[in-house]
Amino acid sequence: MQPTNSSRRILLPVKGWFILFSLFVALFLNLLPIGRVAGVPDWVALVLAFWCVREPLKVGMAAGFILGVVTDVADASLMGQHALAYVLLAFAASGLSRRILWFPLGQQALHILPLLFGAQLVMLLVRMASGAEFPGVLYLLAPVIAAGLWHPITYLLLMPQYRPVDRDENRPI
Amino acid sequence: MSVVGHSPPPFFKRGVAPLARLAIFTALSLFLLVVDLRFSTLDMLRATIATAIYPLQQLAYRPVEFVGGAGQYFASLTTLQRENNELRDRQLAIANQLLRQEHLELENQRLRALLDMRDRQPTQGSVADILYSARDPFSRRVFIDKGQQQGINSGQVVVDDIGVVGQVTRVYPLLSEVTLLTDKHQAIPVQSQRSGLRAVLAGAGAGLMELRYLPANAEIVEGDILVTSGLDGIYLPGLPVARVSKIDRDAAYTFARILCEPLAGIERNGQVLVLSPREMPAARPEDAPLRGADAATGKGAKINRGAAAKGR
Repeated sequence: MQPTNSSRRILLPVKGWFILFSLFVALFLNLLPIGRVAGVPDWVALVLAFWCVREPLKVGMAAGFILGVVTDVADASLMGQHALAYVLLAFAASGLSRRILWFPLGQQALHILPLLFGAQLVMLLVRMASGAEFPGVLYLLAPVIAAGLWHPITYLLLMPQYRPVDRDENRPI
Repeated sequence: MSVVGHSPPPFFKRGVAPLARLAIFTALSLFLLVVDLRFSTLDMLRATIATAIYPLQQLAYRPVEFVGGAGQYFASLTTLQRENNELRDRQLAIANQLLRQEHLELENQRLRALLDMRDRQPTQGSVADILYSARDPFSRRVFIDKGQQQGINSGQVVVDDIGVVGQVTRVYPLLSEVTLLTDKHQAIPVQSQRSGLRAVLAGAGAGLMELRYLPANAEIVEGDILVTSGLDGIYLPGLPVARVSKIDRDAAYTFARILCEPLAGIERNGQVLVLSPREMPAARPEDAPLRGADAATGKGAKINRGAAAKGR
């Protein structure tokens, strides 16, 4: 039986500038100087995973690498730490994109959770291997919260594509 | 997926295979990791990217600054008045010392001259604001609002009104990064004020520090104040650093486990003083017998031989 869910909805093609803009906004949210608050989701990882699932031909490991290096500099962390995690995340997300899109949003989030969790774990392992201090178990809470945001972020980032093809001047959207 | 108005998907031309791409980017990331960890030669790349994202960072800083400013604005008048009174009382209390300080310093100078000791280096510094702490949860770093443009250099010491806060570790054009003493990779040579025992204090995480490599029977008790020993040529001697809070003398280990609490408000203050770099003490006299062997020709050899002869 063909599953009927929102991921089968007919969408407009995505705009390149919107992908760039959303990644830029995610980077901006990551730059907010809130200090060491546990459980704040890594917005760049979330948005990157989203576009890797939705548009695996447009956003991939190269984008992950560049965003990772920029995040490394902004966070003053070890160079290459985020880059490695984001590259692995992008690889897994684009590899699984055909599968993930078959599921309704709730189950998509369940697919995304291990990916984000894995990325966080990679960063933890890299830093622990380099002799840094353990940041606490709450560090692993962030990907869980991020996966919980999969539902709203899907609606938010797909909004420009929800517009119907036949444009009606009397209708706002 | 059916996408309206989409050009036919490029079945055959998709560039490098995903696995190959993964291998390339993973290798590149690992290369960056190793270079940054072992050789620390990525400062140029870091400075370039940091300058490029500086406007975005400043933009992100605005809302947080605004919230902080609003909080300050609504601080009630009474709080400010109370603080004002407290400060006035404190000023009166220390006025006596302040008035006599000049006299004491002059006296000290004369006595030192008498004893033929080197003058203590006068300290100068520039006041900086802590902008925010770095997001990296694995280290303890903060950013201050002065950088290369204001003449800050890597390695300078950062203090607050009570004691040492940390050290400038990276300098960007307009900001610099201060590694706090509680960072696990930060070490500082100290001396116990009471017993004069010298040791190395290193960050232990969780806002604490650890006095390393002291034998289990070391002359140190809880409550001892540790000050910088000045042996490293970076920190001025006598700056307060930490108080010993817990000593764990377990005979099973060679060294005692000594935990210390920082004296300065390391993870809560807003303004700090970046001390100007300390003048290096005179270089060590050369060891004549060691150098004499490889410098067989020229002036150096003669001098060395002369020095060796004098030594004898």
